[in-house]
Amino acid sequence: MFYREAGQFKTTYEADQAIFPIRQDRIGIGVILAIAFIVIPLFGNDFLINAVMIPFLIFSLAAIGLNLLTGYTGLLSLGTGAFMGVGAYACYKLTSAFPDVNILICILGGGFVAAAVGIVFGLPSLRIKGFYLAVATLAAQFFLDWCFIRVPWLVNYNASGAIEVPLRTLFGVPITGPTAAPATRYLLVLSLVVVMTWMASNLVHGRIGRMWMAVRDMDIAAELIGIRLLPTKLTAFAVSSFYCGVAGAMMVFLWYGGAEAEVFSINLSFTVLFMVIIGGLGSLIGSYFGAALIFILPIVLRLAPTTLGVSINAATIEHLTFMIVGALIILFLIVEPHGLARLWQIGKQKLRVWPFPY
Amino acid sequence: MDGLYKVFVEPFVQMGVAPDLLVQTLWEGLVAGVLYALIALGFVLIFKASGVFNFAQGIMVVFAALTLVGLYEIGLPAFVALALTIVVMLVLAFGVERLVLRPLVNQPDIILFMATFGLTYFLIGLGELVFGGNPKVMITDALYLPRGAVEFEFAGGFVALQKIDIAAAVIASLMVACLAVFFQRTRIGRALRAVADSHKAALSVGISLEQIWVIVWFAAGIVALATGIMWGARSDVSFALQIIALKALPVLILGGFTSIPGAIVGGIIIGVGEKLGEFYWGPLLGGGIESWLAYMIALVFLLFRPQGLFGERIIERV
Repeated sequence: MFYREAGQFKTTYEADQAIFPIRQDRIGIGVILAIAFIVIPLFGNDFLINAVMIPFLIFSLAAIGLNLLTGYTGLLSLGTGAFMGVGAYACYKLTSAFPDVNILICILGGGFVAAAVGIVFGLPSLRIKGFYLAVATLAAQFFLDWCFIRVPWLVNYNASGAIEVPLRTLFGVPITGPTAAPATRYLLVLSLVVVMTWMASNLVHGRIGRMWMAVRDMDIAAELIGIRLLPTKLTAFAVSSFYCGVAGAMMVFLWYGGAEAEVFSINLSFTVLFMVIIGGLGSLIGSYFGAALIFILPIVLRLAPTTLGVSINAATIEHLTFMIVGALIILFLIVEPHGLARLWQIGKQKLRVWPFPY
Repeated sequence: MDGLYKVFVEPFVQMGVAPDLLVQTLWEGLVAGVLYALIALGFVLIFKASGVFNFAQGIMVVFAALTLVGLYEIGLPAFVALALTIVVMLVLAFGVERLVLRPLVNQPDIILFMATFGLTYFLIGLGELVFGGNPKVMITDALYLPRGAVEFEFAGGFVALQKIDIAAAVIASLMVACLAVFFQRTRIGRALRAVADSHKAALSVGISLEQIWVIVWFAAGIVALATGIMWGARSDVSFALQIIALKALPVLILGGFTSIPGAIVGGIIIGVGEKLGEFYWGPLLGGGIESWLAYMIALVFLLFRPQGLFGERIIERV
């Protein structure tokens, strides 16, 4: 009824190939962006911005990064946490070596360093695949973790052994460090995430994305039609690690405001992998859904008993949260193995034909 | 030159000078390797029969050990607790088959892999809810496991072997022998191998997949219980063991995902390599290299033999 593209004629190829070919989609995305950019910073409280929105966006970006690798190229990686760590530590080194350089450039620089590291650890992917590759990326995870702890140069030899985020400003407004306002940091995170999502969308719709998907569907066949495997797989590793690196740098500089090596442990890798699988492999919007579900669900579960007036002690809630999240993961996989993105598509299709069944 | 000397000459000189230390390190590596192999064995059992890469094996080890200690603590005799734990593992196997595997039949590997992740979370929550998050002490004495150490003289020094380690090695070898006989000689074992080769073909000759899955998950549960007892006797029974279980992955890679002897040989190579590396080369890098050395060994190994030591040859067709 309301959501139908009937009557929207396209007269150019550009219009036909647009990211959002349907007018209602364009309106919808405009409304979402308006809420995200205007309503939330104006009316959201600190808890919503600091503890929900910023981490949600950062995790979404990391999930997009992993999705480019696992969902689009079919290379399973368990080293996401370490690549995020590389981004964070590289950003820290860059900004302490060049304090006058814009912090945004340092964050992106952290991403590029992560991309370089990603390429190195992606090299085995040419010969090994599937779960074997997952173990190879575990090597990256544990080796880099060890480096974060054992190489004091990475944290400028400070006594705490942790990243201490310095104060950096953009146009005179503090954006990192203890004095930065949550709303400023939120807007910065949001802008970066939106721009990078848009770039990822262009990538996967273009030649590179097609190459990735061909490799994912069957790498030997892809090779036979003239796709060179090594450059394709390595670009996937590089781009994915770049996204994860930027997400990691933002995590430390714009969310935590300081971090130890434990933050980037294997658990972070698993969390991001959950988001990608639950959200939907090979879907950008799915990465957002996955991040929302995996990150926000435990928050809601923790808040639920107090809201409902049931008193359970904190440890029990924590354990129950684990159980419920675990059970929900299995349930989601059973109900819809292709993730929340597929549910979204089904919903949209239903809406298009509504109120008729076909 | 000095650096090269330290890396390539000095460790070997040390080995020659103090052979007793070398033997001690080798022994420790061997024991660690046997325990890795036990965890890897649980993975291999399930992977062979259902193609599921069971991430939950680590937590199953913890869960089995916790159940055993928990039941003992509420006053049951040790062997009754042991029997009940086996029953719990059987129930778990049935539950997993009914609630996780059966609805997910015919899904891609990665989905099943993620489902075992969900299972891991669930078991962590359940374990902590029922038994509490604190580390527990394994009931070594009540199970009549030996304690203390045997020392003997060797090349001018002493080598100390923990009795519990010897017991672990013996039990592990017994278990592998039993599993080998079970797989090769019994009717069910043959059915298991048939399922491993092809689900469809096995179904068409009348093998019940559901039954087979319960059996392998139960067998993996028993292996997990044995592993839990042995690891628990060496350290505490705590959820940290679950991370150690990840060490079974490089073992699997070395041995190949589908090979039981591979798991054993891989475990021993990884265990010995890790301990030797940590003891002789670790100080050069600032220590703690045990955490990643195993993965690096596996990674280098994979570059030369992508299917592992004993894995089946990978044949790819378009």
